[in-house]
Amino acid sequence: MPKLKLPAPPLPPGFPKPAPKRPGTPKQKPLEVAAEAGISVVDWVDERTSLSGGARWMMFRKVPKGTNWFYTLGSATMFAFLSQAVTGVFLAIYYRPDASGGAYESMRHVNDDVFLGEFVHGMHKWGSSVMVILIFLHMARTFFFGAYKYPRELNWIIGVVLLILTMAMAFTGYLLPFDQRSYWATIVGVNINGTGPLVGPYLSDFLRAGPEFGATTLSRFYAIHMMLIPGIIGALIGAHLYLVAKLGTTAPPWQKLPASAIDAEERA
Amino acid sequence: MPDRRITKSKYTADRGIPGAFEGETVTRRRFMTGTAHTAGAIAASAFLLPTLGFALGPIFEKREESWQDVGPVADFPDDTYVPKTISIASGIGEVGKSTVYMRKHNTDIDGPQKDEYDGFIALSTRCMHLGCPVSFKSAAQRFICPCHGGVYDFVGRVDGGPPVRPLDRFYTRVRNGQVQVGPRFSVNQELHRFSPRDPGEPLDGVGQYLYPSRPSIRKIPNT
Repeated sequence: MPKLKLPAPPLPPGFPKPAPKRPGTPKQKPLEVAAEAGISVVDWVDERTSLSGGARWMMFRKVPKGTNWFYTLGSATMFAFLSQAVTGVFLAIYYRPDASGGAYESMRHVNDDVFLGEFVHGMHKWGSSVMVILIFLHMARTFFFGAYKYPRELNWIIGVVLLILTMAMAFTGYLLPFDQRSYWATIVGVNINGTGPLVGPYLSDFLRAGPEFGATTLSRFYAIHMMLIPGIIGALIGAHLYLVAKLGTTAPPWQKLPASAIDAEERA
Repeated sequence: MPDRRITKSKYTADRGIPGAFEGETVTRRRFMTGTAHTAGAIAASAFLLPTLGFALGPIFEKREESWQDVGPVADFPDDTYVPKTISIASGIGEVGKSTVYMRKHNTDIDGPQKDEYDGFIALSTRCMHLGCPVSFKSAAQRFICPCHGGVYDFVGRVDGGPPVRPLDRFYTRVRNGQVQVGPRFSVNQELHRFSPRDPGEPLDGVGQYLYPSRPSIRKIPNT
């Protein structure tokens, strides 16, 4: 007998409530047996971890009146990131970060020979632009709805760091196909970094692993692109979501306060 | 704000902590906490510091001065440029190669020869805006960059567009009748030699101080 009980979803008016099973109902159908088995596995885990409390805290939140489609842009960005992460992991199966021709050759192989290779590569390539665009739309939503204000300032700051990290991902990923466009765009990008006074020259030396674009520049970009930054982005998305769940979302600015709340405000 | 500082004695004995020693100021709890934190910090730096040094090491690596033959003296006219290919990074094949534009020193254009490294002029093709490859257009007698429209005159000085300083040069010398190309150096608008800088870093005015050269790679002393 499962102990786990999920809260019943709110039903629109007029919708018939599912009737609870009467005691002594005979014979379960196979589907019910399967559902029961699944529930008891979840139940076993939950009894040892209490994860359902956290899941309920995260998923079953109250949202303000007026919540609309604009509020999904953050989730859309996260799904774009997940898509990038998954396609990226599978591109790494074929990719060789070898500057003396291997990198270009491995991407040519992915695009021309591998089953669905061009598709997965294309998802990763175009998905990066989609992710950047979604971030800016999400940011604009937050800005125009005033959702960056107290007490959500820290979440705005984390979001800005995530934006910068995404840009760094786009920059380091651009080199990896290692064609002419990648190569010269990276030369230009590294030199733009170098125009920062005092620290600029050292920053570009760090990116290139030396004074010239050399044998380890590509592997350095690859390591930054697929290990260093994704880890930090994942951790910061966790913090971002935690704060969203903890602080809740804001109502859109055009949402009128109910009369009782206005009265209370005036009295105060 | 009320004064919330603790005005207790710093001696554990005065505070009545059981088992306190005479003159003891650090409680055992504090001592154990500090020890655990220190041990954790040492363990973390044991892997963080080496990996950080590992990633930053190439910045401070000293590079050997290398000279490459590019052709016999007779190959080079003194009134136009000939392109030559040299290697600027080893171990990566084509990617490590670069073009230099070379000609013989011409007293009418370049003034008197400064020293033994000035017998041939070798201009880097790296645009000093952001590093795209420039090419010499003999009809215009100028170097043009395809990326953002940088223009340099016949000796490599900026003639227009966004570049911040003249084209970099390479030291040249003659050994056994062969012209050799050596390390790169940067020049300012008066064509004075400076230690090599990256593109986008001006050398006129305060530029040379805002964009320091690498401590590990300098121009040849006294040149």
